[in-house]
Amino acid sequence: MSDAGAAGGAARSATAPAARQRWEPWNDPSQRPHVEIVDVTKRFGDFVAVNNISLDIFQGEFFSLLGPSGCGKTTLLRMLAGFELPSEGQILLEGEDMSGVPPYERPVNMMFQSYALFPHMNVEKNIAFGLKQDRVPKPEIERRVAEVIEMVQLGPFARRKPHQLSGGQRQRVALARSLVKKPKMLLLDEPLGALDKNLRTQTQFELMNIQEETGITFVIVTHDQEEAMTVSSRIAVMDHGKIVQVSTPAELYEYPDSRYVADFIGEVNILEGHVEAREGDHHLVQSSEAGCTVRTGPSGEEPAGRQVWIAIRPEKLQISLEAPDDQSTNCMAGEVWDIGYLGNLSIYHVKLDSGKMVTATQANMARLIERPITWEDRVYLTWAPDAAVVLLS
Amino acid sequence: MSKPEDSPSQGTPSQGPKVAYMSGRDATAGGLAGVHQRLLLIPPYRLLAALLRRIGLTGHGLVIAVPYLWLLAFFLAPFLIVLKISFAEVIIAQPPYTPLFEFVEDGFISIKASLENYLFLLEDSLYWKSYLSSLRIALISTALALLLGYPIAYAMARAPKRWRFALLMMVILPFWTSFLIRVYAWIGILKKEGLLNLALIELGLISEPLTILNTDIAVFIGIVYSYLPFMVLPLYANLEKMDLSLLEAAADLGCRPAKAFWVITVPQSIPGIIAGCFLVFIPAVGEFVIPDLLGGSETLMIGKTLWSEFFNNRDWPLSSAVAVVLLLVLVIPIVLFQRMQERSAQAGG
Repeated sequence: MSDAGAAGGAARSATAPAARQRWEPWNDPSQRPHVEIVDVTKRFGDFVAVNNISLDIFQGEFFSLLGPSGCGKTTLLRMLAGFELPSEGQILLEGEDMSGVPPYERPVNMMFQSYALFPHMNVEKNIAFGLKQDRVPKPEIERRVAEVIEMVQLGPFARRKPHQLSGGQRQRVALARSLVKKPKMLLLDEPLGALDKNLRTQTQFELMNIQEETGITFVIVTHDQEEAMTVSSRIAVMDHGKIVQVSTPAELYEYPDSRYVADFIGEVNILEGHVEAREGDHHLVQSSEAGCTVRTGPSGEEPAGRQVWIAIRPEKLQISLEAPDDQSTNCMAGEVWDIGYLGNLSIYHVKLDSGKMVTATQANMARLIERPITWEDRVYLTWAPDAAVVLLS
Repeated sequence: MSKPEDSPSQGTPSQGPKVAYMSGRDATAGGLAGVHQRLLLIPPYRLLAALLRRIGLTGHGLVIAVPYLWLLAFFLAPFLIVLKISFAEVIIAQPPYTPLFEFVEDGFISIKASLENYLFLLEDSLYWKSYLSSLRIALISTALALLLGYPIAYAMARAPKRWRFALLMMVILPFWTSFLIRVYAWIGILKKEGLLNLALIELGLISEPLTILNTDIAVFIGIVYSYLPFMVLPLYANLEKMDLSLLEAAADLGCRPAKAFWVITVPQSIPGIIAGCFLVFIPAVGEFVIPDLLGGSETLMIGKTLWSEFFNNRDWPLSSAVAVVLLLVLVIPIVLFQRMQERSAQAGG
């Protein structure tokens, strides 16, 4: 699950050939952000839904706001659409302050979680609604509506009313309706939340294609980390009204900067420990939970004795019945507690000598007739130093 | 410490729902099936169930049969009696009309039905004028009630949740007093030296008292006042359940709020408008008390005509004919309207 997401998300940056220029406007200081969110706070009475958020989104990005329900991601999206006004701070679209601009005058369109299709209008009329408001000439309305209907493959259903459509078809109408005005930014509030799993995966890729085709900046709100990993150029992970980390999907997965992010994106083993020494660009961390010294990947300098957490992804642990030569560094010993066989993967739950449970996944490369590792075996978990990420919070 | 098992990425494994499936027939009855099974242990219930099954009534059939029997007993039977009387002739007797069926000698039944009453309705202009006038007054009153009721219902539906119940009670509250007393009270308000005229003179808006009582205007006021809750309640029920994200979607697509009201809210509330208008229009056409108390001598309404036919002239057959025609006048357009609605709903599909 997680690694499929990582591969999809990284397609744009990590796996591109070195010669190809990376498309990373957020790392280019000469680029002007398309949307600037500056110190925005939103309060509902005493409740702070969005707490002093600053964020830049660039032209052509597929940007995700990811977080559990109630983290303020939808409120932030609604402020971009103009349905809520910030209590403090401002939102700039192409350098222009949006504070006094009502939703019906913003060059921004939103796809609603409930789709909010007009029940008394058929598909065509729903899609044409936005263009009619702008008094676009009739022949042009017809041409553009036909165009987006073609794009979302709704041709045979153009004359149907929303209640005569399936969930997936409604989702397409909602998408077409918000795209037809060619907005400067498209906001999507849990756009795939109501679809079943298969359709969701398929639609994720369609969304990416449409985004690439149109070049419109997409901002999507989701609580599904896999979805965010698949579609996004960058992800902002939110918690309790704050942004915890903004990164590309690959960076977020491989270099989380807090336990919250590491835990939220994919699966992770987190081990508590103390910095013992610094060695070159990395640390040696003594962890009683792991029962060994952990040689970490490159990390910032921390004083000896500081409490840190080590995050290791399950797929980066090698599981073996034989003890390695050096058991004192990057090696955890324990007993196999549980095995989950998924076909392509096997998941091992290993109870360490310290009592801590860790998870290791192994790709089943060879056909498995008889499992070499079974319940209650004593196993050794090892990993490359790069795999261990130091977390400070 | 966060355990990997708790990782939100895993999601909770979906557990199969623990549902014992029932056979189709029982499943539709739901929990009631269990109650039925238990009640079968009681002999009288068992007997009743067996009896009903013998005449082919079980489950669904029984549920549908109850309202049908109700309508049969309390609507269709009285109507047939009225229909029967409308074919009779006036006599001075008790009851004051000739019987439809009569046993004559030799065991014959003679059926004596007279269409004279219906023909008389066509002859005398009083009747069709009354019908037209009733329809006109009911139509105008319904339009006024809609104009007044829509904003009220809209405001109620959009009011903060904690106020809605109180607002709803305020709409229903007048029903707790007698209808007759409330209409009488309007006499006190509308008469020459009534509250309304006093207030207007006091405010300096008029110098001479207005003549409102005993005019059509007083009838409009009376009908709108009396039937307003019937307009407000269905509209409120409709507007309250409207999905407000539709208005946000309209705004998002560039539609100003005022326009969104006309292109989204109003079309969405059409079922409420139709229900409210029927609930006001139908009783208003046959209204008797309001035109009698508030209207003038020249206010023609079929309810009043019917009343005077019945009580002043003691012409039961003619007044029955008036009532039957009134029913046709109301039912035929409504049936046609519903046919049209169904057809347009299908065409839209």
